[in-house]
This record gives sequence, structure tokens and C-alpha cells, in this order.
Amino acid sequence: MTTVTPPAPAGPSAYWALNDSRALIGRCLRHIARSPEQLMLMFFLPIMLLLMFRYLFGGAISTGGVSYVNYVLAGIITVAVTFNATATSVAVCSDLQEGIVERFRSMPVRGSAVLVGHVVAALVRHVISIAVMIGVGFLVGFRPQAGFGQWCAALGLLLLFATAVSWIAAVLGIVAKTVEGASGLSMPLVFIPYVGSALVPPSTMPDGLRAFAENQPVSHVADAVRALFTGAPVGDAAWLAVVWWAGIIVVVVPLAGRLFRRRAAG
Amino acid sequence: MEQAIEVRGLRKSYGDIEVLKGIDLSVERGSLLALLGPNGAGKTTTVRILSTLLEPDGGVARVNGHDVVAQAAAVRGSIGLTGQQTAVDELLTGYENLVLMGRLFRLRTGAARRRARELLARFDLEDAADRLVRTYSGGMRRRLDLAISLVTSPPVLFLDEPTTGLDPRSRGGVWETVRDLLASGVTVLLTTQYLEEADQLAGHVAVVDGGRIVAEGSPSELKRHVGAERLELTFADERALAAASRVLAAEEPRAGGPLALSLPVEHAKDVKRMLDQLAESGVEPDRLFVAEPTLDDVFLTLTGQPTGGTR
Repeated sequence: MTTVTPPAPAGPSAYWALNDSRALIGRCLRHIARSPEQLMLMFFLPIMLLLMFRYLFGGAISTGGVSYVNYVLAGIITVAVTFNATATSVAVCSDLQEGIVERFRSMPVRGSAVLVGHVVAALVRHVISIAVMIGVGFLVGFRPQAGFGQWCAALGLLLLFATAVSWIAAVLGIVAKTVEGASGLSMPLVFIPYVGSALVPPSTMPDGLRAFAENQPVSHVADAVRALFTGAPVGDAAWLAVVWWAGIIVVVVPLAGRLFRRRAAG
Repeated sequence: MEQAIEVRGLRKSYGDIEVLKGIDLSVERGSLLALLGPNGAGKTTTVRILSTLLEPDGGVARVNGHDVVAQAAAVRGSIGLTGQQTAVDELLTGYENLVLMGRLFRLRTGAARRRARELLARFDLEDAADRLVRTYSGGMRRRLDLAISLVTSPPVLFLDEPTTGLDPRSRGGVWETVRDLLASGVTVLLTTQYLEEADQLAGHVAVVDGGRIVAEGSPSELKRHVGAERLELTFADERALAAASRVLAAEEPRAGGPLALSLPVEHAKDVKRMLDQLAESGVEPDRLFVAEPTLDDVFLTLTGQPTGGTR
């Protein structure tokens, strides 16, 4: 039996933070293909939702000039992002419950690397899921007018949104006491896009609800991405979306780190 | 000789509940100390403090020469920990678990892979190396858990109830591994609820109860302190029982009680003497066996209370 001695922790601490994050991202990426729940949330549910709105409800919803599928795809993508977030909450929570975080803490591992692993893997899931949504969209009649710049802007905005939602999901996973609780706590997150402009134009909603639906941050993302896809004027939606979701990231990331350390130490 | 683990006056409370009331321990380099005690005695809290997972409220603890509070990072670099709960990733294979932990212990990727293969072979997990851990049996998980804590050949190893919940064969396997580790010079602090486990492995046992060390010594010293082994005899009928108790000058058996006698034994020759006396007077016992003192006996003697009070 050989004796293995780890290299002395020389080198800048940023190097080791990166090393730990890379190892833990790899871990979470392997989980994706092996977790039926994550695959289901990534592919099956959003595709079903898209087909349902395209063919079941779409005909009865009036969206003015644009066809319903061109209207709804941006919104369905925001819903797919929040669906996927549920899996992140559950994964973070079960890590904290199953003793593996305890082991990491007894090792020379940066605690934040565990969360970075989950969030980066979540982003990979979001990107795949978004790509699949757009692909299926094309099959069922989605015809965007966007040029290269608009595509980049739309995808960048979705990535910002997905990053923020992943960190929120991580916080919910830390706060939840049980895996079932994590799943329950992230339900409002899944529901929020529905109370907005994601799937239907809010113009027919009652006044109070309509004010909320038009001004909540998921609607800004859906409105901006839809406008970019369809070549319509973006208006205030894009910068409102950026300010909202960048602001949420600034608040939630440090909060997640602090809550994680406290929970892991408890 | 240098001490690998040195603990003085360790205290810890959760709210009003004082879990550790001043623990003193020292473990010589290359030896094994067993912390023996019931659930809630403070064994796990002690291990958690020594492995930097928990900060003590008072006292000093040094592991491999490093203070567990002031030099926590250095302590983490020199210990392996196998907790009560197996801490393995269910959605990774055994091999992937070991490579991941190797990377997190700061081995280069190539070294982490080589080490993983080596440990899988050593822990008899080669055939299961590429299966997801969620398909592993309890014993396999525990072996993988143990293998993970050895990825960097740490000089000090903490094993928190490493055989709780294992079948006897797997338990024997873990014991064998621990003996190999001791032979290679590793220092081990092991917690257990089983006197037998302490007996099998430890040169030194510390009995913990209610947050204090209530007795310390080698297993045989401890057992002597606790009480002798006992010769248990059962008889076919009341007449034989009464005759035997006369011959052996035992307490008068209760009428209607079990047809059994229990007699303290100091040395092996006592057994021979008693059996000879019975044979001379023509009384034949039905069955006989020699019973070792149990953990319950240890606790009854040391604390005046049976085990499991806090369970």
C-alpha cells in the first residue's frame, strides 16, 4: 500500500477554490443524467407545457398581431427555468441531509464550492432545456424575426434570469428542513411566471392582478425576450429585467453562502 | 512519546444542555483509543469537535500537533473521518466517489485516479467500482466510506461508530481493516457502543457517560474493574439445582425461579474446581457457559445506571 501525501496547500487560495469548484461541478453534472427527476423537469414537463399551450389553449387566447406560438415561447422558457430550479432546491437540501456536506467540511474544501457546483450544473440544465424548447418551438411553428444581436441579447437575458433563479433555488434548498419541504418551498417560484405576461397577455386581467402581472420581474424577462425574438420594440422590459435579476443575484449569492455555512455548522 | 490526540477539559453545551462536561483524553501516535458509551454520552460531539466540525465552548484539543480551533485547516489536512451516517454520493459510482474526494483532498487528477483504483482493490470493491453507490449494500457503503477517509493516508483517523448497523461478517471486515491501519502506524479514535468492539481493537478504552470520562484503561483492566466473568449453570430439575447450590455454597435459589446458577469466576481454574466439586457429589449440570461482562454490566458498575437512559 502506498502512502499518498497531498501537496502542501501552497498556491493562491483562488486556485484551490477553482479546483474544488471544478470537482464539485463535475459531480453535479454526472447527477443530471442519473436523476430521472432532473431529466423530467428538464425535458418532459416544459415540452408538454409547450404542446399544451400551443395546441390546447393557444387557439382560445388572443395575442393581437403575433401568432400564439411566437407569443408564448419566451414565456414557456421562463416556466421551464423555474421548473428546473425545483431540482436544484432538492439537490442542495439532500446534500445537507445526507452527511456528505459534513464530510466536505472535515476536508480542506471551500464550503461555497458545493453551492457553485450545484448552480453551475443547474445552468447547464437550463441551457440544454432552453435549447430543446427553442428546437421544439421551431417544430410547432415558432418563426422568430431576431437578428444575431437580438438572439445574443435574448439568450444573455435568459442566462442572467436562470442564474438568479438557480441561486434562489439554492437558498430554498438550504432553508428547507427536508427534501419534501424543499420541493414545496420552490412551488411559489414555479407558479410566479403564470401570474404574469408569460403565457397570456395581462390586458384581460382584473386591475390589481394586471398591475402585478405587468410589473413582476419574470414578466419583464418574458416580455423582453419575446420582443427580441419577434423583432418588436423592446421598450423598458429589457433594462427592467436586467436591473431586477442582477439585483436579485447581488442579494441572494452572499445570502446563500451565509445560510449554507450556518446550516452546515448546525 | 508524542501524543497524536491531546484533549484537556473539553466542554460543549447546546443551550442549557451540557453535552461535554470536561473531557480529557490522550492518544499515543499509532495506537487506538475506543470511546465507549451509550447514545447521548457525548462520543459524537467529541469526534465532531476533534474533526473541526464543531467549536468547543471550553478546553483545548490538539490533533496531530495542531489546535482544532486556531489551526483548523491544518487539522483537516491530517485527518480522515468516517461518521455514523455514511457520507457517500449515491448517484456516483464507487470509483467516481473516490476520485472526487481525491480531487477535493487536492490530489492531481492522475494521482486521484490511481489512488481510487488502489483503495477499491484494498476494500474488496473492485467488482462494484463502476456501479452507482445507490445499488450498494450497507456493508459495501461502509467500506467505501472508510476508503474515502483514507484517500490521503491521513495520520489520524476518526471512526464514529463504524460498525453500527452492519451484519457480523461486515463488522469483522471493518475490524480487520482497522487492524491493518494500526499496523501501518495510523492513530485511530473510535467510538462504539459495543464492549466487544473495544475489546477486539483497542489497546485503551475510555468509558464516556453524561459528558464525562467515567473510567479509562485497557479492556482487561476495565473488565476486572467491572467484575469477573461468571459461570452460568442450568439444571434439569429443582433437586439438582438445590444440591448444586449446597455444594458450591451459592445463594439459596428461589423456589419457582429459573433452574440456573450464576457464579463469579476469577481464574480459569475456578471453573475446574467448581465442576470437580459437582462431579464429586454426583450432580450433573444440564448446560454450562462462561459469560463475559457486558456493556450493561460496565455501566451498571461505573455509573449505577443501566445503558440507554437517553435513547
